[in-house]
Amino acid sequence: MKKSVSYVVFILAVIFIVLGVYRDEVVELFTKAIYICLECVGIG
Amino acid sequence: MDRKRAFTQLITTLLYNANLKGFVEGRIYQGTSKNICVPGLNCYSCPGAIASCPIGSLQAVVNNPRYKFSFYVVGLLALFGVILGRFICGWLCPFGWFQDLLNKLPSRKLEWTKRLRNLRFLKYIILALFVLILPTFFVSSPTFCQYICPAGTLGASFPLLATNAPLRALIGLNFYWKLFLLIIITVLSIVIYRPFCYGVCPLGAIYSVFNKISFYQLRVNKEKCISCQKCLKVCKFNIYAAYDCQSLECIRCGSCVSSCPTEALSMGFRNKAKDENKKLTK
Repeated sequence: MKKSVSYVVFILAVIFIVLGVYRDEVVELFTKAIYICLECVGIG
Repeated sequence: MDRKRAFTQLITTLLYNANLKGFVEGRIYQGTSKNICVPGLNCYSCPGAIASCPIGSLQAVVNNPRYKFSFYVVGLLALFGVILGRFICGWLCPFGWFQDLLNKLPSRKLEWTKRLRNLRFLKYIILALFVLILPTFFVSSPTFCQYICPAGTLGASFPLLATNAPLRALIGLNFYWKLFLLIIITVLSIVIYRPFCYGVCPLGAIYSVFNKISFYQLRVNKEKCISCQKCLKVCKFNIYAAYDCQSLECIRCGSCVSSCPTEALSMGFRNKAKDENKKLTK
């Protein structure tokens, strides 16, 4: 039972990643990650 | 096991932060590998970081009203979680390693007693409020990174502010608040094992959900177990591994496995651990 749940979650995770890439979420993430995040540094 | 784990933590921290020249130049890495999240908590504004922090990324995407939900980051977190569970916290998280090192300093140590153990629920509240609800519906900033994350203060603020004078000029009240939190976590880490992981970390909260179903498991061979409670005595989170080997708080550090006198405990990927148990029972 648990084994099948793990495989279902694994497949869902891969589908989510593909869907996220399709929705251009990676671009949003990348844009945030390549500039200094002032909030993270504590000055934003 | 302890040395193996410390070595893995060191290598992981170096790999996550391989852009060493960033520390000298006071600039962050801008290569395409930042499209990907690392499994552990490692600020993407750390000058050394060559990939993204999953908690920062999650907030960055949901901050944009166009998305409201990040399939990509949730998918990555689920993938990491279902493969490794909280093994990531124990072996692959730089901030976890930082707390491990602090806890090695000589001092009077506190235990995670029954009363203190209720603090574990706090991390789920922080995950829901600061990582999901506030950034999605109410504010357009990564609230966890902004007001709580001590990994950002340690990995990003210190090296960037040390080398970047214009940034230093912007220091305000929020920086001192985050510095205060980092000091609290640092001092607590010396006297009690991994307080941030146990009570605050939203990434730990996410991975804990996967601990029961992850492919990587801690297993107990009931036929070999003699109920000596050695696993309980060595566990820094006070988990009785022989009876609760899938505990949500277990970071798979392996102390219980090393201490078990009958080799009843084993750690590994599901089938491998099962086979090992079968071999032991033969």
